[in-house]
Amino acid sequence: MLDMSALELSAAIKAGKLSAAEAAGAYIDAIEKTGNRHNAFLAVAKDKALARAGEVQARIDGGEALSPLAGVPIALKDNISVCDMETTCASEMLRGYKPVYSATAVERLEAAGMVIVGKLNMDEFAMGGSSETGVFGPARNPWDVSRVAGGSSGGSAAAVAAGEIPLALGSDTGGSIRQPCSFCGVTGIKPTYGAVSRYGLIAYASSLDQIGPIGRDMDDCAALLSVISGPDDKDSTCVIENPFGFDRPVSERLDGVNVGLPRNYFDGGIDRDVKRAVLAAAEELAAAGAAVEEFEMPLTEYVVPAYYIIACAEASSNLSRYDGLKYGYRSADAKTLNDVYRLSRSEGFGLEVKRRIMLGSFVLSSGYYDAYYKKALKTRALMKAAYDGLFKRFDILLAPVAPTSAYTIGENIDDPVKMYMGDIYTVSVNLAGLPAAALPCGFDGRGLPVGLQLIGQAFSEEKLAGAARVYQRRTDWHTRKPAGSPPTGGKTV
Amino acid sequence: MRIDGALIAYLEDLSCLTLSEEEKTRLTGDLEKILGNMARLDGLDTENIPERSHPFDHVNAFREDEVRPSLDRALILKNAPGSGGEMFAAPKTVQ
Repeated sequence: MLDMSALELSAAIKAGKLSAAEAAGAYIDAIEKTGNRHNAFLAVAKDKALARAGEVQARIDGGEALSPLAGVPIALKDNISVCDMETTCASEMLRGYKPVYSATAVERLEAAGMVIVGKLNMDEFAMGGSSETGVFGPARNPWDVSRVAGGSSGGSAAAVAAGEIPLALGSDTGGSIRQPCSFCGVTGIKPTYGAVSRYGLIAYASSLDQIGPIGRDMDDCAALLSVISGPDDKDSTCVIENPFGFDRPVSERLDGVNVGLPRNYFDGGIDRDVKRAVLAAAEELAAAGAAVEEFEMPLTEYVVPAYYIIACAEASSNLSRYDGLKYGYRSADAKTLNDVYRLSRSEGFGLEVKRRIMLGSFVLSSGYYDAYYKKALKTRALMKAAYDGLFKRFDILLAPVAPTSAYTIGENIDDPVKMYMGDIYTVSVNLAGLPAAALPCGFDGRGLPVGLQLIGQAFSEEKLAGAARVYQRRTDWHTRKPAGSPPTGGKTV
Repeated sequence: MRIDGALIAYLEDLSCLTLSEEEKTRLTGDLEKILGNMARLDGLDTENIPERSHPFDHVNAFREDEVRPSLDRALILKNAPGSGGEMFAAPKTVQ
């Protein structure tokens, strides 16, 4: 059962070959069997999941037409609110916090008959690229547990890679779905800004954040994105008119598709094996009929600074809500109102969160606003215009996700600039609000997965998923599994 | 850019944080390095470029202007570290 794709699993449940409770039970057993050795799960809601699976089964048995993912277990990054389920953002600030409402994406999963099994590790408040900054310890990479799972949705990618869950939700502010997918050898989609409601997603940088799927292949991810996408009265920035359908027949070819390859992404700091794997993928797309043409990606040296200025500015504003009064941590030593604010925040936030709040306060402060924040917003405008121009020439852009494969735990944590520069290929997508898929495309010399990203125009997810499906039908990188993962099928490396 | 103790203290105030001595030392060095990296933007010509704070030009999907129930007060208070009756509890601010 653990070998089935999410879509196959749901079909088997609907065909009466197994029950939703058996599916949930099997995955909970898989998590217990590995002893949560990747520290991917922060909480497993066993009783709730089994009760919920029983309810879903009753709906299926009653003949209710549910989604193609009905009965499938799923786990969520711990910044996505589930009513009455602890949602910590991997922070002392929210330890014990149980939201009194669910995110819109969660309500849609439930309406689709999916079964929430637990919550997944992450960087504190999604601030990081390695899932090391959270208070519950690092998520570990199933391909090599001495290495990071990537971040900030590291728990989501690690759990899928380890076969502990067939599908997960993550969130992506500057690469936080794509980079852990690349590091862990799984598939994910960062949707267009405004395609998935952010209601109930605990905010980091509101003009950049999006919830998206992480799974074993694009078929499963597309099915999940079609469940969670769509307009929402509770999020005025969710401008999509209808959920994605992904109902076009899957093609075997990419004839007539123009793919752009940013040649300067392959100069300089990129790892040789990453370069080789992504360029091999370009050849594969060409062999499938795509017209692959190189181009020079503009502004590459400016996007990381612009992104961090904007993200930190928005974070400093968003995180001002943590005041020790309404919810979250309150310092036991606070005597005055000012103490409640300052001590609760100082004791409740970790170092990376403090660093970003202070950076955000700095770039928004009088005297520095124009030189930093305003300049970054203008850079964002230039990046958006550059992408608009590129999509007049190309249907899809093919790029690496990250310059390297997964690094060792602790290797970069004391060097924030080095850590931030790891986001060089991903952040411009968020600045421009575009969709991008991350797919496994090979391994490096150490046997660690390498990922590519396909970047599309706003709301072109169906086209992106189509190209990704063609690639995955022609290659088998997405079927490789780390040694020791519970499922027995697929190739073990 | 040079980060000194006065600037750190100013940022602590703006951020409503009180850093330990160890955090101050660490963040002083980090902020210098990060802001040095951000200074790359000085080399980019943005004259006459409008600022963009949002990815798209159409930014709002409005719902109908109808009164709807919101969260129940007891639920809102459920996660408060301190509450009394119908309100959040905070230390007294007026003697």
